[in-house]
Parts: sequence; C-alpha cells; structure tokens
Amino acid sequence: MEHIELFFKSIFIDNMVFSVFLGMCSYLAVSKKVSTAVGLGAAVIFVLAITVPLNWLLDQYLLQPGALAWLGTEYADYDLSFLSFIMFIATIATMVQLVEIVVEKFSPSLYNSLGIFLPLIAVNCAILGGSLFMQSREIPTLGLATVYGVGSGIGWFLAILAIAAIREKIRYSNVPPALRGLGITFIITGLMAIGFMSFGGMLTGGDEEAPKKEETAQVDSIDEKKEVLANNIKVNK
Amino acid sequence: MSLKSNLHNLKEKYKGTKMAPAFNAIHTFLYLPNEITHNGTHIKAADDLKRTMNTVIMAMVPCLIFGMFNAGYQHNIAFGNTTLESMSGFLNANFWTLDNFGVGFWKVIPLVIVSYGVGLAIEILFAIIKKHEVEEGYLVTGMLVPLIVPIDIPLWMLAVAVAFGVVIGKEVFGGTGMNILNPALTIRAFLFFAYPTWMSGDKVWVKGAVEQDQLIAAGQNLDAISGETVLGSLAQGKAAGYEVMDMFFGFIPGSVGETSTLLILLAGLFLIFAKIGSWRIMLSSVLGALVMGLIFNFVVDSGWITESSKFYGLMSTTFWHHLVIGGFAFGTVFMATDPVTASQTNKGKWIYGFLIGFLSILIRVFNPAYPEGVMLAILLMNVFAPTIDHYVVQGNVKQRMKRLKAKTA
Repeated sequence: MEHIELFFKSIFIDNMVFSVFLGMCSYLAVSKKVSTAVGLGAAVIFVLAITVPLNWLLDQYLLQPGALAWLGTEYADYDLSFLSFIMFIATIATMVQLVEIVVEKFSPSLYNSLGIFLPLIAVNCAILGGSLFMQSREIPTLGLATVYGVGSGIGWFLAILAIAAIREKIRYSNVPPALRGLGITFIITGLMAIGFMSFGGMLTGGDEEAPKKEETAQVDSIDEKKEVLANNIKVNK
Repeated sequence: MSLKSNLHNLKEKYKGTKMAPAFNAIHTFLYLPNEITHNGTHIKAADDLKRTMNTVIMAMVPCLIFGMFNAGYQHNIAFGNTTLESMSGFLNANFWTLDNFGVGFWKVIPLVIVSYGVGLAIEILFAIIKKHEVEEGYLVTGMLVPLIVPIDIPLWMLAVAVAFGVVIGKEVFGGTGMNILNPALTIRAFLFFAYPTWMSGDKVWVKGAVEQDQLIAAGQNLDAISGETVLGSLAQGKAAGYEVMDMFFGFIPGSVGETSTLLILLAGLFLIFAKIGSWRIMLSSVLGALVMGLIFNFVVDSGWITESSKFYGLMSTTFWHHLVIGGFAFGTVFMATDPVTASQTNKGKWIYGFLIGFLSILIRVFNPAYPEGVMLAILLMNVFAPTIDHYVVQGNVKQRMKRLKAKTA
C-alpha cells in the first residue's frame, strides 16, 4: 500500500516537471517530436530507476551521519553528508555512460536523434533532484527508493510526452513572432502545470490512522538515532 | 435606413483602416454579409463558425435564465423572504417569481457584460494589432464564463481573470482554434487559484452572504448565512440537505448556470441533435463518472472505508447522484465537448471523455482541497488530448500498414 501510494504520489502530485520544475533544459529542448521525447523519457526513467536506489545505498551506508557504523564503533560519529553531491553525481555520470553505450549498441537511430542530450542527462537536474529528494525526504527502505525513482521517471516521461504532442499540434499555429519557439513552450508548460494542480493536495491526508503511525515511527527512529549518537559521544569521551 | 445598412455603411467607411475588424465583427455576427457571390460552383453550408457558436449560445440561454431565477431564489431563502418547498416539481410556484428574477437579473447581467466587454475588447485589440478579422471564439467563452462563477464574485476579479484567460490561454497561441486549454476553464482556474476565498466555501454562492458576514464581523446582530453547496456538505460528511429531484431541477446553491441538470440535459440533447456537441464525449464522460462512483460505492459497501474516514461522505453518495450535483453535467456538456481542445479522433474521444468522468469523481472524493473536480479533470485531459490523438493516429497507421502488407504479400 505504501509503495503504491508513493508511486502515484511521485508520478502525479510531486511531478518532477510540473510541481518542482526540474529537468527543464532537456524537457524544453527535446520535446519537438513525440518519438524523440519518448526515447529521452524512457532513458530518464531507466537512469532514475537505477541511480535513486544506488544513491540510497550510498546515503545509507556511507554518507549519513553515523552511516559508517558498520565499519566499527570508531567510525560511528563520522558525517560524510557534505560529500553527497559529488558522490551522487559520480553515480549518475557512470550510469548515464552505461545507458549511452547500451542505447548506441541496440538502437543507433534513437542514439542519433537524442544526440547530445543523452550525455546531458548526466547533468539533468531531474536525475540529481530525484536522488536529493530521496535523501531529504528520508525515504526509509530500498524498495521505496526504487519505487520513488521509477515513479519520478514516469512522471517526467508523461510530462515530456504530453508537451511533445502539444508542440506537434501547434506547429502550424499563428503564434506571435516574439513568442515562437521557447516562449510559447514556457507558457504551455505553465498551463499544463495548472492541469496537473488537480492532484495537488491529494494523498496528503488519507485516513486518520495512517499518518499518526508514520509520525510515531519517525519520532521513534529519531529518538533511537539520538540515543545511538549520545552513546557514541559517551564512548568517545 | 435599417441597422443592417447602417452597419454596412460604417464598414465601408472604415475599410482598410485599423478599426475595420471591429465593425466587420459586429456586422457579420448580426447579419449575413452583403457581398454574396452569384456564379460558379460553391459549397453551400448553413453552419459557418459563427452559426455554430450561436447554436451553442442558444443552448446556454435557458441555463442563464434559470441561473437568474435561482440566484434570486437562493438569496430570498437565505434572507427568509421565501420558503423552500421541496418536491413540488419543476414548475415550483415559489421559484418562478418576478421577484426572484429581478434580484438575479441585476446580479447576473453585470457578470455577462464584464465578461463580454473585457473579452471582446481584448479580441478586437489583438485583431487590430495582428491585422486580421476578429475571431468568433470568444462568443461562447464569454457566455460560459458568467455561468461558471459564483454569483457574488467581484467584477474586477472577473475582469482580471478574463484578461488572463483570453491573452495567455488563447491569443498567444494564435487565437481561436489554436488554444490547448479551454479558455473558459482557464479563466475559472485562474480565479480558483488566485482568489480561492471567493471561489469556494459556504458564503459565495448566495447573493449578499459575504456582506452579511462582514456586517456580523463589524458587530451587528444578524444571522450568519450558510449557502453551502451540496458537494461542500457531503465532503464534510453532512447530509446533502436537498431532495434528489430538487438537485436534478437545480434548486440548489452553486455557480450561476451549473445547477439545473434538467436544462443542461436538454441543452446536451439539442447540441447532439444539431451535430455540434460530440455525443461520444458526453456519453463516455457519464460512463466514466458512473464507473468511478460504483467503485467508491463498492469500497464503502465492502466495509473498507468506515465512517471515521473523511472520504466517507462523498464515497457513500449513491453513484448516480454524482451526475446531478456540482458542475459535472455542465462541464460534460459544454466544456468537455469543446471541439478545439478535445480529442479529434473518434477513438480518442471515447478515451478522453471516459477519463474526464473518471478523474472528476476521483478528484471530488480524494482531493480535500478542491470540492469540485470537473474543472481540473477537463483541464488535465485537455493537456493529454494531443497525446491520445497521436497514439490513436499512430495505431491506425500501423493497422493500415499491416493490412497493406497482408494484401501485397
């Protein structure tokens, strides 16, 4: 249930494009044709689905305050979270290289049409944003992190698919010259975001019982962490 | 000299000048043009864009008049001037009074004037700048807008929203026929998100309720008025408070023209008969709403949702009651069928309509922030209509390729 809820939430409610406006550069640049948009969207789903869980593991066992405890008690109070950006980017860049190799091997035509934007996924803010949101929202398990990655990817995919279809439709519209190209695309994106606002605020409440449980669980985990940290400090002293 | 020839002379006088489109528009809206070709072969059809638009407006006029009566009726009930006589049929004597009409008339007519005034002024301005004729698209939008706003909306808000909707929603795309979102709904969405206190709650649906509230806040000893819509009461878990037939006839608080499901149904049949509205979209949208309503009813019946849940009120509503409350009927008949923003393909229309019905009930029930889901469901499906069309067309292309291969092989 939790997984399904997070899945739909990350597709529709916290949509990468329409609620946080991430990944705009490739979203605006590669949305002229539906076929290329589908290709790029699929690549983004793939990359997000792999990097978010990978970065979750990194975060959990390397970067978080106290994450290095598995190495031994003397490492327990290290806090490497200042390295998150570099580590996350490194994972993403590696993964994108891998995707590029795979796409070039199996679908040269898609590889050609995506052009420079495939390597540019490495610096697509939606990808890094996925990992950083995963970190800041404290997604608790590996399964949920995977669901979050796939969901965000599908949300981004839907967004670029819809705008590519709209741009194909308005190709022959008599748009004022000053707005042709990117200008009108920005306006369309804004209007599409209004459409997506229909989901805003959904799933936040739910049944009365559900959120309470989460709250207590969170409080517990925070307390536990505090205790662990306090113990560590005592040990060190 | 008739009005027609006067207009014609004005038109001739301003020919080639900047103001020409304005006079042309008024002239051709009211009359056939004087210049008619006499020889050669021509395709003859009675329904140009203007006639199409006029037909839709004709379908909306009963709703508008009913809205005027209803505005006065709700006002008089709230202030204790008349009483609610339930279940006395559509020709309720307490409803069809001149007093009700008078009160409503002076409230609704300014909305119509502001909507048309601001919208047409912008249209004419754009036509002059872009040097083309004034397009007819705003005729329907201008009529829809007063019908989908609360009666007490301040006129300047309406003016701002209309300006936004016409410029950003339509003119930047190149005018009528090019927009991606329904302009009337863009205007309503703008109002909804920019001035939420004037677009939802239990005060805005009855004329004078907000002022009464302010007087009470100022210390006067008056009764507070609550004109909660049926959806609003249900969402709070209260009973609807109205008989089903009253909801069907439309004697309930709500936006000006959306309450009378009976008149909207007649208008829908008229539009289908005149081959202007798409019956596929209307039918599939109703189907979608019924399916979603049945699912929710099933969930309640099997005991997964108990009365403690805040969704219980709307989920337990009998599935077909969803069709007669709120703006669902109005949205389905007049907004979803907008030929510009809906799906263009027949198969696409089924999918598009079904999802509108499905999503509107879903948003109604699950989204505590928005008591009415039809507006946003239609806007969302407007966004996805080109995608649906694209895949329907591609599917057709693929099928034909297969057939061709099978024939040639």
